[in-house]
Amino acid sequence: MKVAIIQFPGSNCDWDAEHSVQDVIGLPAGRVWHKDALPDGVEAVIVPGGFSFGDYLRCGAIARFSPIMTDLKNFAGQGGQVLGICNGFQILCESGLLPGALVRNDCMEFRCLNQPLKVENSNDRFNTETLGNQLSLPIAHGEGNYRADEDVLAGLEANNQVLLRYQPNPNGSIHDIAGIRNLAGNVYGMMPHPERAVESHHPCLDGLPILQAFLQPLLQSSPVEITA
Amino acid sequence: MKVTVFVSPKTTVLDPQGAAVEQAIKSLGHHSIEGVRVGKTVTFQMEGADTPEIRDEIDRLCDGLLSNPVIEDYRYEIAPE
Repeated sequence: MKVAIIQFPGSNCDWDAEHSVQDVIGLPAGRVWHKDALPDGVEAVIVPGGFSFGDYLRCGAIARFSPIMTDLKNFAGQGGQVLGICNGFQILCESGLLPGALVRNDCMEFRCLNQPLKVENSNDRFNTETLGNQLSLPIAHGEGNYRADEDVLAGLEANNQVLLRYQPNPNGSIHDIAGIRNLAGNVYGMMPHPERAVESHHPCLDGLPILQAFLQPLLQSSPVEITA
Repeated sequence: MKVTVFVSPKTTVLDPQGAAVEQAIKSLGHHSIEGVRVGKTVTFQMEGADTPEIRDEIDRLCDGLLSNPVIEDYRYEIAPE
């Protein structure tokens, strides 16, 4: 497999992530149990959505200490491509692979809708030229309210690390932040679900260019025909 | 000994739960109450005595797992059995 999708107890978007990468985009993908090692030859890792460990203590707080996280940190440290979606984003923040934290939505409601988003010019993969100025992606979360201190926020903005902003803001997230990347540009995190927007029976197809942007380094080395 | 850890949202971080509870308190007519914050309590038994080493161990536990320093503060109390 080239794309590994980490399965924690309580992950529930793992199969969707695998399907979108393997069957729709056409890259070999597989699910890897959180107690197993990251297989050799993996070029990208997706930390999927769900409710890992029941969201006990804090979202992502317990998954952060799963055995596979040591491999994931090494993989990310060597420049490996990592994408955290929803609970995956929360896990990446808890583990320190991405800055900040996600707290309860300010409305105190679980928000589940097809969310309009503004695309930011972040890097050569995530920008308005590759993704358009606006897109919509499904969101489904109770704790998507992004928080970081002033210095971290200033750094994110100064270095164009914000990928997507809510428009309008469904959860009180600071600076309307829906997704960010790390400074090096190999670790990505977002609350919206691109894997739920890749086929004609989905609310929209805007997840496809997002996943393609993330997987671009792999797609360049092994171009595949999109079958959506 | 018994350790009780109190985790609370940082004063600088928005606490939607606290705000909702405050709203409910006010709706019950308690208009003199404000600044409600909702945190959590974690209790556990621990072998050993209250020493600087034990406190180091508890601090590591609180910083790494029981609280997230980005959004939460913690304090704890140690009581002999």
